[in-house]
Amino acid sequence: MNEAAYAPPSGLQAAKPAAGPIAELRNVSKRFGEVLAADGLNLSIEAGEFLSFLGPSGCGKTTALRMLAGFEAPSSGDVLLDGEVVNDLEPYRRPVNMVFQHYALFPHLTVAQNIGYGLRQRRPRPPREEIERKVTNALEIVRLEGFGGRRIWELSGGQQQRVALARAIVNEPKLLLLDEPMAALDRKLRKEMQIELQNIQRRLGITFVLVTHDQEEALSMSDRICIMRDGRIVQTGSPRDLYDRPRNRYVAGFVGSSNFFDGVAAAVSDTETQVRVAGGIMLSGRALAPVTAGQAVTLSVRPEQVRLARTAADGDKAGWDVTVLSRIFLGEHTEYLVKHDGLGEFMVLTPRQAELSDGPFNAGERLVAFWEAESALVLTQD
Amino acid sequence: MTQRSRNFLLLAPAGAWFLVMLVIPLTVVLIFSFGERGAAGGYVPAFTLEQYANLPARWAAFKNTLILAPAGTLASLLIAYPLAYYLAVRADPRWKTALLVLVIVPFWTSILIRSYAWIFLLGGRGIPALLAAIGIEDVRLINTPFAVLIGIVYGYLPLMVFPIFVNLDRLDKRLLEASSDLGASPWRTFLQVTLPMSLPGIATGCLLVFILLMGEFLIPAILGGGKVFFVGNALVDLFLQSRNWAYGSAVAATLVILMLVSVTAYMRLIRRLGAQREDVALM
Ligand SMILES: Nc1ncnc2c1ncn2[C@@H]1O[C@H](COP(=O)(O)OP(=O)(O)OP(=O)(O)O)[C@@H](O)[C@H]1O
Ligand SMILES: [Mg+2]
Repeated sequence: MNEAAYAPPSGLQAAKPAAGPIAELRNVSKRFGEVLAADGLNLSIEAGEFLSFLGPSGCGKTTALRMLAGFEAPSSGDVLLDGEVVNDLEPYRRPVNMVFQHYALFPHLTVAQNIGYGLRQRRPRPPREEIERKVTNALEIVRLEGFGGRRIWELSGGQQQRVALARAIVNEPKLLLLDEPMAALDRKLRKEMQIELQNIQRRLGITFVLVTHDQEEALSMSDRICIMRDGRIVQTGSPRDLYDRPRNRYVAGFVGSSNFFDGVAAAVSDTETQVRVAGGIMLSGRALAPVTAGQAVTLSVRPEQVRLARTAADGDKAGWDVTVLSRIFLGEHTEYLVKHDGLGEFMVLTPRQAELSDGPFNAGERLVAFWEAESALVLTQD
Repeated sequence: MTQRSRNFLLLAPAGAWFLVMLVIPLTVVLIFSFGERGAAGGYVPAFTLEQYANLPARWAAFKNTLILAPAGTLASLLIAYPLAYYLAVRADPRWKTALLVLVIVPFWTSILIRSYAWIFLLGGRGIPALLAAIGIEDVRLINTPFAVLIGIVYGYLPLMVFPIFVNLDRLDKRLLEASSDLGASPWRTFLQVTLPMSLPGIATGCLLVFILLMGEFLIPAILGGGKVFFVGNALVDLFLQSRNWAYGSAVAATLVILMLVSVTAYMRLIRRLGAQREDVALM
């Protein structure tokens, strides 16, 4: 999309250089009676980026989106679009479109009329042929060719969700807000839509803000992820960043899966931190943030960083004697749940090639588990 | 039990009601309308079209009914819609029920009593006196079509408000947000979403009020003061005063036919509107 083709509903788009964030939350809080749904959010969204909000149900993801769209005014703090404070600007004046968590499709209109709704609100109104062409194109993108004449109630949940998606992207807004836009789709369709969304985003240069429960979706699609908890942003960063350098135990639990061993920091040095976990066992790991001796911490070990062997052939490194409790075949990987007498149960993810030599392990087998001390992270528990 | 016999059982009470309360009386009215008035009033069997030939004598009643019933329906709608909209969409949810009850409370007293209150309000010592006080002299309200119209709107408002309120109350407010999100101003959202989606409520309310108004006689009797009378008043007169049952039946049968014709036309219009709703939304 070139900038000239897009006419925002208001004079928001003053002649301004493209630089600077397209949207910003400055210390934004939102209170609903007793509930603090957003608590001091600070976030700057760059033009053209794909940002995801990830967090458990009720953590305030939808609330954050609704403040960007203009359905809620912040109780305190500022919402900025294109560098202007828009706290009280009505939704219909914002160059922003939203895909609603509950679709909110118009039941009295056909699928095509639903999708064309936004285009018909523009002044001057685009010619009928142009609207039709764009609607047809949007229907193709969401794989609903030929559904234009249908009524909303004649569609399945997944089809409705795709109409909601089409109704938003057809407007080519500067900022597209997506509230769990693919939750009702099956795995295959969801993958297709994810790829399609990324294509649209690259082709049109739209800025995407996606809300999701699905960490895999967030990790695979986003440039940056914003991890939320109880109305607060816990950490914002690239998927890789969050995976490799989680700020605390909560983030590590949200991005990828991890084995957590709770304990107390015993000895702290620049390179290594010793953690005393259950049963007095000492584990060592790398602390990303400063910890002090005596602080309650969690040692996190990714399942794919644990190796299993039938005998302690690696010699010099100390291994943990474990018993295999269960085995789950995942295609390229096999997941084992193992148990150590002192450490308890934890997960191990073994790539397929690693098994070729001595074959898959069986439940009940006694093995030795290893991991490198550098790959174990010492995380705070806040 | 077969589907058929179950359907029969389900419809039996309504069917019996329909037969006893509607078909039989209407048949009797129809038969009477071709008869003659007895010497001391009542009915004498005959077959003559004389009664129907006499209908123009009651032209004024038909004219008033056919003008004021639709006008009253329209006036009620124009006042009821904003009220229902406010109650359903704008009012604080905590007060919604209480406010709705306030609209219905007047229904608890007889329309007779309430209309008498209007006699005072519209009469010489009511509103005209107030107008005179600010220099507008000689305004006559009571016993005019306007007084009857006011009485109608007042009496039938709840009947119009209710179906529209129910309709608007069920309207998913998220649709309004979606419309706003897609760039429609509040007014355009109203025209393109709220109004088309409340058409069923409007249709129901209008039908209800219109049908009842066609048979109305109390309000014109009280506020029309014998000057503005409906077909209903003519019937009261013919059946209870002059005891001309045959002529009264002809008037009644004509009213029923007029009602059937107008309701059918109305239903057609609504269906057409329903089919056009999408085009309306394209405006
Ligand atoms: N209009 C409202 N009135 C009162 N409380 C609200 C309102 N909207 C949201 N909340 C509360 O604010 C909190 C955050 O809600 P929000 O809808 O933003 O969560 P979410 O992260 O989108 O959850 P989910 O993943 O389940 O959609 C919740 O505790 C919710 O109950
Ligand atoms: Mg939500």
